[in-house]
Order: sequence, then structure tokens, then C-alpha cells
Amino acid sequence: MEHTAGLAHGEHDTSHELSFWEKYIFSQDHKVIGIQYGITALLFLLFGFTLMIIMRWQLAYPGQPIPLIGQWLGDANAPGGIMLPEFYNQLGAMHGTIMVFLGVVPLAVGAFGNYLVPLQIGAPDMAFPKLNMMSYWSYFLGGVTMLSSFFVPGGAANSGWTSYAPLATIATTGQTFWLCGMIFLITSSLLGSVNFIVTIVQLRAKGLTFMRLPFFVWAQLVTSFLLLLAFPPLEAAGVLQLMDRLAGTSFFLPSGLVISGQPLHVSGGGSPILWQHLFWFLAHPEVYVLILPAMGIVAEIIANNTRKPLWGYKSMVYATIFLGFMSFIVWAHHMFMTGMGTVISAFFQTTTMIISIPSVIILTALLLSLYGGSIRFTVPMLFATAFLPMFGIGGLTGLPLGLAPSDIHLHDTYYVIGHFHYVVAPGTLFALFAGIYYWFPKVTGRQMNNALGRIHFFGSFIFINGIFMPMFIEGLAGVSRRLYDGGQQYAHAQGVLHWNVFMSISAFCLFFFQLFFIINFFWSMKKGKKVNSDNPWDATTLEWDTPTPPPHGNFIKPLEVFRGPYEYSVPGKSRDFVPQSEQEKV
Amino acid sequence: MRQFLGLPIDASAQGPSIDNLLVMVHWLMFVLFIGWLSYFIFTLIRFRKSRNPKADYHGVKGHYSSYVEVGVALTEVVLLVGFAFPLWAARVNKIPDEKDATVVRMVAEQFAWNVHYPGPDGIFGRTDINLVSSDNPLGLDRTDPYAKDDITTINQLNLPVDKPIIIELSSKDVIHSLNLPLFRVKQDAIPGQMVKVWFQPTMTTTQIRVTLSRTFSLANGIPEELATLTSLEDYRAKDSTVIVGKGGSFTDDLLPQLRQAGITDVKAAPDTPTEIACAQLCGLGHYRMRGFVTVQTPEEYAGWMKDQESQLQQQPQQ
Repeated sequence: MEHTAGLAHGEHDTSHELSFWEKYIFSQDHKVIGIQYGITALLFLLFGFTLMIIMRWQLAYPGQPIPLIGQWLGDANAPGGIMLPEFYNQLGAMHGTIMVFLGVVPLAVGAFGNYLVPLQIGAPDMAFPKLNMMSYWSYFLGGVTMLSSFFVPGGAANSGWTSYAPLATIATTGQTFWLCGMIFLITSSLLGSVNFIVTIVQLRAKGLTFMRLPFFVWAQLVTSFLLLLAFPPLEAAGVLQLMDRLAGTSFFLPSGLVISGQPLHVSGGGSPILWQHLFWFLAHPEVYVLILPAMGIVAEIIANNTRKPLWGYKSMVYATIFLGFMSFIVWAHHMFMTGMGTVISAFFQTTTMIISIPSVIILTALLLSLYGGSIRFTVPMLFATAFLPMFGIGGLTGLPLGLAPSDIHLHDTYYVIGHFHYVVAPGTLFALFAGIYYWFPKVTGRQMNNALGRIHFFGSFIFINGIFMPMFIEGLAGVSRRLYDGGQQYAHAQGVLHWNVFMSISAFCLFFFQLFFIINFFWSMKKGKKVNSDNPWDATTLEWDTPTPPPHGNFIKPLEVFRGPYEYSVPGKSRDFVPQSEQEKV
Repeated sequence: MRQFLGLPIDASAQGPSIDNLLVMVHWLMFVLFIGWLSYFIFTLIRFRKSRNPKADYHGVKGHYSSYVEVGVALTEVVLLVGFAFPLWAARVNKIPDEKDATVVRMVAEQFAWNVHYPGPDGIFGRTDINLVSSDNPLGLDRTDPYAKDDITTINQLNLPVDKPIIIELSSKDVIHSLNLPLFRVKQDAIPGQMVKVWFQPTMTTTQIRVTLSRTFSLANGIPEELATLTSLEDYRAKDSTVIVGKGGSFTDDLLPQLRQAGITDVKAAPDTPTEIACAQLCGLGHYRMRGFVTVQTPEEYAGWMKDQESQLQQQPQQ
């Protein structure tokens, strides 16, 4: 029944010739929207990375003129090419915001989710194509709002990606833009998440039971629930902070504030800590929004490149669901230093330790999946295997931060930055690169260049560790994060400051190696080796049953699913893979 | 392991227990990571396509991974119940009696630390935000009888050694975070809220400087690092005039004199190793919101307090 509903919809959409605008700009086709998301998100990732490159120059060589681009940054930001602290704070806030909300999530969910989920469940499109289009354009508007804030007086938001009140409340106009941008972005995510949930529940092909879903689809399903349930509190909080800034309310402002020697005339009575609770109630699940799709991608690629089923598929699925639930009750571990009592801190420390268990289960299952495989080190597989230990470092370094007493020393130091970047950058971003190399042939009909891909991989692998590993050293020495001069003022930082230069040079090198990806991406689109089949990786899941690239409506033959997602190297079969849609010969 | 982690020296009574937990957690992390990594590298080599052309449908059998997971969970329970809970409870619940402690108010602002001592009467005077001015950043009402003897400083916190310190922490404007890295103290300073944080320094700043001191050779001039440090003792010429005094810096122009006096090695340490850092982004001056702690012997501290009191009496009362 689900299947026929999907087909009816597909027929309706293909019944007339689409204009250029309908086909490429205001498209309702999940694949076009997925590509739109992908291109936009990759551009934002590059932009967010560039902001960090500028910051890393300042951290390594404080007070020295920024080469090449320094002169273009404007006198309000960098007179004579030398960065001002105000501008450093803008770059910091916008780097975080852009990477998380405009880069990684749109790429992981908007691009990969949109493009692949309908294909992997055998659906002709998403359940609500118009909603899907709105979701992209709302994201686009959010991005434009964020970017335009660099040009308002006082520049972009400068209170960190966390926008803690009252600092954010008294900040320059850029913060208003930030809040409006966030409202667009949250709306986009909400529209998208509803769509994913309905699509996955309702539009699965005949025979595709929940336990036959590819792990990637499970990851997207749980991610969608996280977005749906965690984002509304932040949207509300964003509106409240907007009111505090514009309408004179005091939701997050206590009485008795004195700013620059002048009493602040507000009604008062609010709580700055309330903002933190609302913010982290989203922002912790957001971590899993970043990581789950990445794990999904890695799982697909590992199964395909080891030529064997995932080890413990069911335990991975249950662990993911459990992880989703738990992610809603760990948020206050970001707030141990706000003066938390024993009971509350005990609760959040316990939940934090509990949530490490499903993460360990998923990581262990992926590691064990390698055992007994026949591993092909393709470019996607290189990225996917490198994901495992680096995500492991990200997860493990969360332990001392999750225990309140050890967090005393590490809170708000570089250790924290190292920890979450290992989760998000060498972790999630590596998985996303793996995904791009893996599904590129399906989207374009051409393979990405292997040699360029390998250069990109090894360069990135070396230098991304060069950036983030020393952060643990600086953090353990007690160096605070978000310092404009990288800690030059402080005696306790002196012994480790030389790492700042090392990290910055690693960052510049990492940037250089991304050029190989950019060149490869565009060159392969036009000139890459054409794939000789619709299923170039000999994969089992349904997206490889479509023509290449998939047409509007996706599947040209009726579809039925007969088995689980990873039937590789089944004993007694002539080929080492059995697609989900292949009918057993009786 | 503690040395491997590169933690700063401990100068407070609760520091070692925090470091102890850090060390234990890092052991757990290392064991897990090395275990996983060795297994991981082994599989990548052993099961590469050229070595193992045909994959095994079933893969790993047995329950070793479950044992590892249960082991991790149990270790975490031990860390929580055995260490994290009691340590935290001691930090927030067992605040020492104010009678036995030195009580200080600290009010953070963009970008300075206001320090407020209650004076001989032991009671903090009234403050009012409408009295805040550049001369009176705390808005202290000097007409209040309890306020008359109150001592205030900016960015300078003097404390006696080996006595519990209670800091009543708040903020005037945005959220800051009081970070005393050498004492393992960190607590957000939140406007509209007063949070008590306590610790007990076990070393004076001078003792810390001695611990951190290193000997530098002058054979090749003044080393770059030495130029950032200050002397721990007096270095005198043959006629016993001081070339570099205690706390003085070593500059290139003094080098000939030092050499003439036959001094080949000097001992130096960071001038102000006990510092106050702001750990929470508080605006454009966040990076330079640095203050100083001076931990003194009880006698030195009493003397410092006397000086402050006599200075206060010389000032015209507002």
C-alpha cells in the first residue's frame, strides 16, 4: 500500500515538462534539493574554514598583519591588516555557527539525507516535496542572513556560537541578524525532519521492513526525531532573546546589571542560566545530529568495502535509538561550572556516562565488522576507516569533561575544542568526504579521480591531527579557549604556546590539501571516468537499482525487497553480494 | 601519567584529588584507545583484500566485545560513585565555616576583577549599583557603618596560605568565569547570582616561584626564555651593589656586569605564576582579563592588610 501511494505521487509529478526554474532552482525533486543542499553546504564549509584560517594566523602570530587578505578586511576589522579583538570574536562566533548550522548539518542531513533516503527505501521522492523545497529555501535565507551580518555596523555576531546572555543581549546588531538567521535555520530543520520521519515510515518499498533498512536510514530517522524535538526550545529561546534585545523584555537579564559603569535600565528578574539550559537542550542533541548520519555513511561504506555484513546490525540500531533518547537528558554537562549542586550534577554525570555506552557499542560494532572482511582500500573506505580511531579520540576525550570534578580543570580550555573537533571534524567531516567519494558515481555517472582522492586523504589525515592533537596539550596546561592572542598574557600558558604555530601551519596545510578535493570534484563531474554499470561498487542497497543518474521518480522498474541490507559474501552464492531487490530463484 | 599530561603544579588542598581523577580517566582512555588501535591496525593488515580475498560472512564470533563494553561500564560506575560524586559534593557542600576562613567577595566586570574584603569587622558593607563610578567600581556605600572599613582592590587578590578561602563570586555585567589554574578552581561569575567557591592554598606565591624556578646559563647571552622571567635572588657585583635584584629582570645590558661579577648561572621563575584568568568569553577584552593572586604567609598577609587599612584611613571619606 505504501508503495502504490508513492508511485501515484511520482506519476503526478512527471506528467508535464518542467521549466528551468522548476527543474533546477525551485525544484521539488529530492535529488535536486539534495544537490542544492550539498553545494551550498560545501561552500559554507569552505567559508567557515577560511574564517578559521584567518583566526589561526592571529593565534600563531598575534598582532602581525594578515598576509594576502588582510588589506581587504576593512579598517573596522583589521586596520593595516592587523586583526582587532572585536573581529576575532566575530570570526569565532561565525566559524562555529557556520560550520555546525550551515555546513555540517545541511550536508549530513539536507544533502545526504535528501538524496539517499528516498533511494535507499525505494521511494519515488520524499513524502512532502513542497515542504522539502521550503526547507532548502529557508536554510538558504538563514545563510544569507548570517552572511549579511558581516556588513552591519559592529559586524557579525561576536558572542560565541553559544550566544550566552547577557553578553549576546548587549552585543551589536550582528546578534539580531544571528537570531533571525537561526530562526530560518531552525524552521528549515523542522520542515526537513517532519518530512524524513513521514517518508521513512510511510514510503518504504514493499518488503522493506524496519530491520531491513540500511543503517544510514536508521541514523537519519533518529536524527530527524532529535531535530524535531530539540530545536523548538531553541527557536523559542531565540525569539525570547530577540525580544530582550528589541522589545525591552528581560527573559535572560537579571536585575541590577551595570554595563560599562552605567546601570542598565531593564525590568530585570530574568535568568542568564535559563538561556544556557534552552541552548544546550538543543545543542547537545545537535552533536548527535552531526554524528549519527556520519556513522550511517561509515557503516554503508564499511559493509561494502569489507564485502561482509555489518557485525551486530541489530545492536547498532537499538544503540542508536537509545542514544537518541539519552541525548535529551545530558545537556547540563555543559554547565557544571555554573554553580551546580550535588544532586543535579550527579544526575547529569550519570546520564553522560550512560550515553557513552551506546556510542561504544556502535563504534565496537563498526570495528568488529572489519574482522574477517576482504578489505578494499578505496578512497571512500580510507576516509571511513580513518573516521573510526579519530572519532574514538573524540569520544574518549569526552570522559574527563563529563565528570564534573575533572571538568573543573578542563572546562573552557583548548581540551574542549580538541574534544569536539575530533568528533565533528576528523570524525563527521571525514565520514562526509567518504560519502561524497562513495555516492559521487550515482549522482553524476562518473567516478572521482583515485589519485587526487588519495592525496586529499593522506594530506587531510596528517594535518587535521596536527591541528587538533596539540589542543589537548594546551588544554591540560590550562589554556583558555576564545583568547584573541592565544594565551600570550598568561604565565601558565607560556610552556605550551609554541604549539600555536604548529597548529596554524597544520591548518594552512590542511587548507592546501582541500584544493585537491575541490579540483577533483569539478574535474570529475565533467571529465571523470564514466561508470560502466548502475552499481559500480557491487553494492546491495536499493539506491544502486536506479538508472545513473536517477531520473525524476527514481525507479523505472517495480521494486520489492527480499532481504536485509548487507548480504555480502553469502556462502554458496556465485557473486559476493546479493542486492536487497534480487528475487530468490525458486 | 600526571607528568605525561603536563598538568600545572598543584597549589591547593583539593588540587591533588582533581588531578588524581584526571589521571585515572586518562589511564582508562589510553588503555581503551591502545587496545582498539592495535586491534584496528591488525584487522586492516590481516584482512586486506590481497591477504584475504574472500570475506567471511559471519565475521567475529564470541562475546569478547560484550565483555569490553561491560568492563567500560563498570569502570565508569567506579569513577562516578567512587570519585566524581564525593569530590563534587566536597566542592559544593562542605564549604568551611566562615569563622575559620578568609571570606572575600569578587565581582567580575568587563574586563577586570573587583576584590572586596570585609575589613576588621568581618562584615561586607552595603553596595548599590547607583553608586558605581570609576573610583568606586563596586558601588560600595561608604556611609554604611559596615562599609567604612572595607578594603577593595582591582585585579589583585591577596590570600593567606593554609587557610580555607571562601570567594563569594558574582558579576556586574556579563558571565565571566573565575579560573585559578594552579589552585584547580573554576567557577562561572554570573550576574544576578552569588555563588560561593572555596579552596585552601597550600603554597605561597614565593614557594610556587621557587618550585617553578629553573637555572639558566649565561654563556651564550640572555636566553630568550630567561628574558620573560624574573630573578629569585639578588645577584651582586664584587662590590656588593645589586645588579639584578630579587624579582628583577635579566636584560641584555646587564650581561657585561653579570659576567664581570663571575656569575655564570642564574635562577629565574615566572614573575606572577599565580594568576586569575577569565575562562568564559566576556567580550572583546576577554583575552586580557587577567588578575593576580598573591598567596602569602599569615604574617605577610596581616601586614598587607594593615597597609591597606592605613591607606584607607588616609583617604578622605566620601
